[in-house]
Amino acid sequence: MTEISLRLAVSFAQILAEMSIVMVTVATMTYFERKILGWMQDRMGPMEVGPYGLLQPVADGIKLFFKEDIIPAGANRAMFKLAPVLTMVIAMIGFAVIPFGPDVSMEMFGMTIKPFVVADINIGVLYILAIASIGAYGIILGGWASNSKYSLLGGLRSAAQVISYELNVGLAIVGVLMLAGTLSLVQITEAQSGGFWHWFIWGGRPDGFFPIHTQIFAFVVFVISAVAETNRIPFDLPEAESELVAGFFTEYSGMRFAFYVTAEYANMLLVSCVAASLFLGGWNAPYPGTILEYIGLEQLAWIEHIIWFTGKVYFFLFLFIWLRATLPRLRYDQLMRFGWKVMLPIALANIVITALTLYFFPRS
Amino acid sequence: MEQVFFFYFAIVIAVTAVLVVAVRNPIYSALSLLIMFFHVAGLYVMLHAEFLAAVQIIVYAGAILVLYLFVVMLLNLRQDDRYHRQWPMVAAVGVTLVIEAIVLTAMKGWTSPVVAAGTETTVGGVGNAEAIGDVLYTTYLFPFEVASLILLVAMIGAILVAKKHIGGDAPQL
Repeated sequence: MTEISLRLAVSFAQILAEMSIVMVTVATMTYFERKILGWMQDRMGPMEVGPYGLLQPVADGIKLFFKEDIIPAGANRAMFKLAPVLTMVIAMIGFAVIPFGPDVSMEMFGMTIKPFVVADINIGVLYILAIASIGAYGIILGGWASNSKYSLLGGLRSAAQVISYELNVGLAIVGVLMLAGTLSLVQITEAQSGGFWHWFIWGGRPDGFFPIHTQIFAFVVFVISAVAETNRIPFDLPEAESELVAGFFTEYSGMRFAFYVTAEYANMLLVSCVAASLFLGGWNAPYPGTILEYIGLEQLAWIEHIIWFTGKVYFFLFLFIWLRATLPRLRYDQLMRFGWKVMLPIALANIVITALTLYFFPRS
Repeated sequence: MEQVFFFYFAIVIAVTAVLVVAVRNPIYSALSLLIMFFHVAGLYVMLHAEFLAAVQIIVYAGAILVLYLFVVMLLNLRQDDRYHRQWPMVAAVGVTLVIEAIVLTAMKGWTSPVVAAGTETTVGGVGNAEAIGDVLYTTYLFPFEVASLILLVAMIGAILVAKKHIGGDAPQL
């Protein structure tokens, strides 16, 4: 019994650490988004709170915390309260299988601990897909429980959109799974070690440089579908402010509103982590090994790995903001046609081609 | 410990399954179904069938039930048009199932649980998804293909039903 409690304590510590990293990153993201949007539109962005507006996320948090919590008169109270919590929880638990550092094990208190991944389960990618697919519930329920037509329309749009694009996410991943031969994110990342030509976006064989197994098409489909699944511009029809006020969270205020926004940013972070792990080699550097290893600091190599992982994730996060500053919103029929008639055939063709190249040029 | 978890999952599954048909608001019954799917997935995890658990959530909770909710919210059903005199049928099915359960419980001692022990050892070595893929494309290839064909037919049928003016003045998408 003591071993179980010890294991639980270690797991809780890991979860707490990972949660704080995610929450800090979300806060940073809100700041960066405003700042980068400002620069792209030739503005300054937030400048008032703290030096260069650095304390703006804190000010926002305090403001949202003390705002009045309004529940509309005709709303279904229980569902109205449940929906943001559900969205937030679902956005947070996906991070459990993300390896943000090398796959090392530590012996501590007589058991093995993997410090850089909370749970290395053998179905890691499927777990992420499952979490992503139930993410729609919080949005649909919030839209329905608000008892407002804008919210309901936003919720329904979101349901249709998430179902359509989740399919493309799943199919885009299949090529990577075939190359790696495993569903565990830790092992998929391991399979891409030894230089950028081994990353699945380039797709060189373990002994070669030529990109015979390239997954670049799957990568493009994955990133576009991920943007659609996180309801970001140009796919933000569930919360299209010029048509639906704010979509599914029109009626939400204060902390419940903050939950929805935090969940949206956490989802962006999650798909960025997944894209980095699946296509860009995760924590692997673009050259074989690490620099710290070459200069004789092997025990500190994990710092370099984590820096590379963070860099890749922030590249995707920047891409999200860049898209928001650049592209207008799609019309609804364009969104559906694009998802089913463009993305889906590309993803399916990629599976067939990857299977053929793998059959004729096996990786081992 | 395992027993505690099993009974937790079993009780929640039983209670939510009853709630699905007993609750008046269709949204609540859809949500009870959601909770039930999660606990069934929990049972799969306890049986070391993580792949099935994940697929259960992706397919049932993530796709099918979302569509149910979609329809229920759009239609905004009134409570009284939900059950039209289905009580005789419900009673017949229910009584049959209860008798079956009683008979199975009574017969429990007669068969030895050898099969369960055998499967666990074979799956333990290779990965879960690997084991399923292996049997699906060798031993059960024919049933698998038949199931795919049935799904294809169902898809084409759904499209045919949805597009009433097929061949004629079909609205161009």
